[in-house]
Amino acid sequence: MSDVIKNIIRFSLFILIQVYILFQIPPLHRFIVPYLYYLYILWMPFNTPRLGLTLTGFVYGLTLDYFTKTPGLHAAACTLIAYVRPFLVNLLISQQGVDQNYRSPSATSMGWAPYATYVVILTVIHHTYLVFLEWLQFGSFWFFIGKVLGTTAISLLLILVTELLFFRKQKFRTNTA
Amino acid sequence: MRVANEFTGRISYRYDNVEYYFRLKKANDQLTKENEILKNQLPTNFFNQDTGAIAIKDSIPYDTVGTLRTYLWREAKVVNNSVNLQNNYITIHRGEKQGVRKDMGVVSPSGVVGRVINTSDNFAVVMSMLHRSSSIQVKIKKTGETGSVQWDGENPDYVTMNNVPKSVPIAVGDSIVTNQLSTLFPQGILVGTVAKIINNKATNFYTLRLKTGTNFYTLEHVTVVENLQKDEQNKLEEATRKSQ
Repeated sequence: MSDVIKNIIRFSLFILIQVYILFQIPPLHRFIVPYLYYLYILWMPFNTPRLGLTLTGFVYGLTLDYFTKTPGLHAAACTLIAYVRPFLVNLLISQQGVDQNYRSPSATSMGWAPYATYVVILTVIHHTYLVFLEWLQFGSFWFFIGKVLGTTAISLLLILVTELLFFRKQKFRTNTA
Repeated sequence: MRVANEFTGRISYRYDNVEYYFRLKKANDQLTKENEILKNQLPTNFFNQDTGAIAIKDSIPYDTVGTLRTYLWREAKVVNNSVNLQNNYITIHRGEKQGVRKDMGVVSPSGVVGRVINTSDNFAVVMSMLHRSSSIQVKIKKTGETGSVQWDGENPDYVTMNNVPKSVPIAVGDSIVTNQLSTLFPQGILVGTVAKIINNKATNFYTLRLKTGTNFYTLEHVTVVENLQKDEQNKLEEATRKSQ
């Protein structure tokens, strides 16, 4: 399956799962909101140009926003992590050529430790920015800190589960193939 | 936003068609209970002790021309609802083509739900009572003290009522209902019952924690209330303000 079709299917699947499954779970606590949807941006292929990535991030976030009726909230956070992502990938890939040899970021292509760092940093950036925008509207400082920590913890758990359940096979590509 | 509303509304409607099946039992129970309450209010249930008076049902207040009617009720199906965000919205399957406009009240069989804030052709978005900027005008049913109810974002089961004077005799379990000053709802619709009275020693006011009358987790059918005299009232108040 080509990358484009795969990503289009992923786009709608992630949005639908976020809106109709994760947002429907009865809340454990007000600090814990299960966010998983932004994993789509983390899974985008290496060879996406930065402008394309940022634009996709914006459109993706806005799509979710129209479901939650908060135009701009998730779009802002998604655009931010989509923009930051290429810098982080450049810093974290272990050796030259990983971004050419593999299609997209994963534990196999980057190695467990760099991939975990990549996920954690982008998760923290996403949630901090998202909750910060909420905090501007209402809430106290403890609301901000608590919600960032709570949502980050639950998101990381969800991502771990997703990575283990849907293991993405990554072919090693060479120039000769 | 309007187009997006229609689009997400349609997807939600499809999804809800499936999910609704699993909640049929609960929705049925709720509607039967409401029917029971309404049937108990029928005039035929009461016998007249005064034999000289014949109970005549006056037809004028029920007149269909509509000149005496203040509130018009329209049922609607909930197609999307959330409780775990800080600002929760509800999408209902009834829009402008079916007579729903902005700023109408929405109630469920067991209490207040929220107000309509956005509409498209076939769908409307309701700001749930579980929204950080929602504020509903209420009174204590027993004594009549008015106030307003907000949500603090903590627990979808509870809302807060501030500034209740300590002179008011209040007890756990008292009903808080919509008041006569609100243009959104008819008076006397249940908002919640007092679950906890917080006594702040620094002020002369109680803060009340209310258990919501509506169960927001299992919302299926709601009724949209239209106040037919609202425009007239607003116009008059606006004109008075301008003339001073």
